[in-house]
Amino acid sequence: MRNPAGAVRAALLAAVTLPQWAMADYALNMTPGVTDISRKVYDLHMLIFYICCAIAVVVFGAMFYSILRHRKSQGHQPATFHESTAVEVVWTIVPFLILVGMAVPAAKTLIAMENTADADLTVKITGYQWKWRYDYLDGDAAGVGFFSNLATPRAQIENRDAKGEHYLLEVDNPLVLPVGKKVRFLLTANDVIHAWWVPDLAIKKDAIPGFINEVWTEIKEPGVYRGQCAELCGKDHGFMPVVVVAMNEKDYLAWAAEQKAASGAAAAAADRQWGKQDLMAKGKQVYDTNCAACHQANGQGIPGTFPPIRGSKVATGPLDEHIAVVMNGRPGTAMQAFAGQLDDVSLAAVITYQRNAFGNDTGDVVQPKQIKALR
Amino acid sequence: MSTVMVDDHHHEEHPRGITRWLFTTNHKDIGTLYLWFALLMFFIGGLMALVIRSELFQPGLQVVEPQFFNSMTTMHALIMIFGGVMPAFTGLANWLVPMMIGAPDMALPRMNNWSFWILPFAFAMLLATLFMPGGGPASGWTMYPPLMLQTGDALPFVIFSIHLMGISSIMGSINIIATILNMRAPGMTLMKMPLFVWTWLITAYLLIATMPVLAGAVTMLLTDKYFGTSFFNAAGGGDPVMFQHIFWFFGHPEVYILILPAFGIISQIIPTFARKPLFGYSSMVYATASIAFLSFIVWAHHMFTVGMPLAGELFFMFSTMLIAVPTGVKVFNWVATMWKGAMTFETPMLFAIGFVVMFTIGGFSGLMLAIAPADFQYHDSYFVVAHFHYVLVPGAVFAIMAAVYYWLPKWTGHMYNEKLGKWHFWLSTIFVNLTFFPMHFLGLAGMPRRIPDYATQFAGFNEIASIGAFGFGLSQLLFLYLVVQCVRGGAKASAQVWEGARGLEWTLPSPPPYHSFTTPPVVR
Repeated sequence: MRNPAGAVRAALLAAVTLPQWAMADYALNMTPGVTDISRKVYDLHMLIFYICCAIAVVVFGAMFYSILRHRKSQGHQPATFHESTAVEVVWTIVPFLILVGMAVPAAKTLIAMENTADADLTVKITGYQWKWRYDYLDGDAAGVGFFSNLATPRAQIENRDAKGEHYLLEVDNPLVLPVGKKVRFLLTANDVIHAWWVPDLAIKKDAIPGFINEVWTEIKEPGVYRGQCAELCGKDHGFMPVVVVAMNEKDYLAWAAEQKAASGAAAAAADRQWGKQDLMAKGKQVYDTNCAACHQANGQGIPGTFPPIRGSKVATGPLDEHIAVVMNGRPGTAMQAFAGQLDDVSLAAVITYQRNAFGNDTGDVVQPKQIKALR
Repeated sequence: MSTVMVDDHHHEEHPRGITRWLFTTNHKDIGTLYLWFALLMFFIGGLMALVIRSELFQPGLQVVEPQFFNSMTTMHALIMIFGGVMPAFTGLANWLVPMMIGAPDMALPRMNNWSFWILPFAFAMLLATLFMPGGGPASGWTMYPPLMLQTGDALPFVIFSIHLMGISSIMGSINIIATILNMRAPGMTLMKMPLFVWTWLITAYLLIATMPVLAGAVTMLLTDKYFGTSFFNAAGGGDPVMFQHIFWFFGHPEVYILILPAFGIISQIIPTFARKPLFGYSSMVYATASIAFLSFIVWAHHMFTVGMPLAGELFFMFSTMLIAVPTGVKVFNWVATMWKGAMTFETPMLFAIGFVVMFTIGGFSGLMLAIAPADFQYHDSYFVVAHFHYVLVPGAVFAIMAAVYYWLPKWTGHMYNEKLGKWHFWLSTIFVNLTFFPMHFLGLAGMPRRIPDYATQFAGFNEIASIGAFGFGLSQLLFLYLVVQCVRGGAKASAQVWEGARGLEWTLPSPPPYHSFTTPPVVR
């Protein structure tokens, strides 16, 4: 249970924001999406739905007719028939033929979905607890790679602030794709199994550690398409959305150039000497994005599940060990190896932050160059 | 024949008090234990469902932490499947199979006692994991690695309790098969057996075939975690997807383990209240056997998104669609049984009709899920949650309730309160649809399952579903009240109980003697 005061506040806030989600649209059906494939999937879904409805009308119609007419209370005398091979054969064969009628378009769509050949662009998608990483393997943005974290503030999740328009479906760095190009995705995961799902693209594919899955899309319209992780992946499974921004060619090229320039600047930042204040400010930001999900924003962790940072042996003990734990993780636990996830500046900043925030006050400052030397 | 070997001296000398229940080898007492245990688990699992629905009443985190939420979804499923539905069916089999085939008791009475008394320990251990460091299991009842391997101290306890449940199920199944094959009254040929006996015979074989597979899968998890093996660890040369194949090779037959006895129950009840013999008895038997066979070759439809080769996806899509044929035959036969009957609508019949309608809705969504390209959209969304709850709650659970109302007068010798029974049916039906029907829409609109918080566009239907869940939960207190009332007293029930009832159990007085048939009845 959360604290009672929080619950009261949540209830009050809920009352205030009630009209907002009372107007939430009661969406009934699957999206037709924005690709040829998603349209085919939608048509298939509707075809089978209508067939099911037709069967339901016939079967339930006969049943309810019988329920209304063949009642003892209306003096209906029971018939005695209890077998008819002809009837049994008919209602075995007819459903079978209906199934064949469904199977043909289903197989055609499936074959089209699985054809990942001749892609214009390849993006590697890696699932992490609890964020996505996108790496552009070729094309105009080749070499660009970044993490995509939930951007919804904790205050909204904990009901301290009103919920935004894209609550839980917003990220800091969306996956940017050009429209009209066949994009191939290679999916894998770093820790547990995740699933990358964007309903508008009709893509849901598991991201499995140690294996690479393939799937493709070709988006027709520029726009923002939102989805979520669909495979239970632990505590924050509900908090790792997918956002895809589809751009026309020109905007996409501009975005790619901007990304490349930014990664050059980041490399330069790692070589200079950083002040403690700058490291602490950057460290807090990195901590809140990467560490707070488990160790909590106040550094107290969750007893029995996630250890605290406040006053911990690691964060107040020898610096070398602290750096080693953050960079290499603790195998067999939820503590990941962050060496491959964060750059030198972020690692230096977050370790500095952990050693000086929450009353840890060790006074230690870690420079990006120290991290670089350890790689 | 074994039926004549009963020791006549011990007829009425069974112990009283707690030892009666601890040491009992009587099929009726053990059946009663199973049924009460299942009801208790049904309420515990139901409370967990209400924790889930409370958290999901509104967007945002209000009631529980995400990790505990995941424990609740995991435990709710494990308890409802292994503690609720399966023991309830075993309890019904214990009570009914000997009475239906004209036997005095089950074939292996001491093993019968043991297979029940393992269960309270297994579930006490499972529930205790909620209080262990790191919390209870939180990776879903499917226990997929590598996530399951992140479980804290609870892991070995969960695995051991699953082993115990498996041992209990296997022993129960051996007992049921041995009873059905060896202890039928003279003249009770296989093709004269009531359908409930037939469906349980087939279910028992499914259990014996698949529970060891589950035991193997969870044991591999155990060795991966504590003994350095790498069955499911890609870094050590293993394959996390292999677990899913093994799990669902158990899991899909398990789905039919949860529904075939329900088919049997419905096939007993509808003819009684339609006052007309079951239509297409032999095709019902063949359809059950076909479903059982197909259940072994469709497992990977639970895993269309793991990235199988195209040929594999096509095979599992086609084989899964085929299941619609024998399942359709069953539904058509039930409707044909009602057709031109002389129907009355007592509570068991209401639940049976509710079963046919709502199970068929679950069957339709199942057919939709079989279509692999569309499954990429449905998979792991609330559409799946809606689907399997339709086949399990107004499916399996309604069938169990229909069975309880149908045979309770036989078991207790008292009639239950018919008016309250009808109230129970209508409240349950309204609320079960209010709970689960909106979940179809949520899934189609893109809400993933197993999430403690959701985007605001899903708020409307989640609110409705939560209200429905509380209504359904509260309605079940009426069921508890009705059963207790009926056990304690009420109008005297005749041996026949229902005008249209046919079968050996109705030839015995209500309540039946402690040993059902001490001399084998004559079956024409």
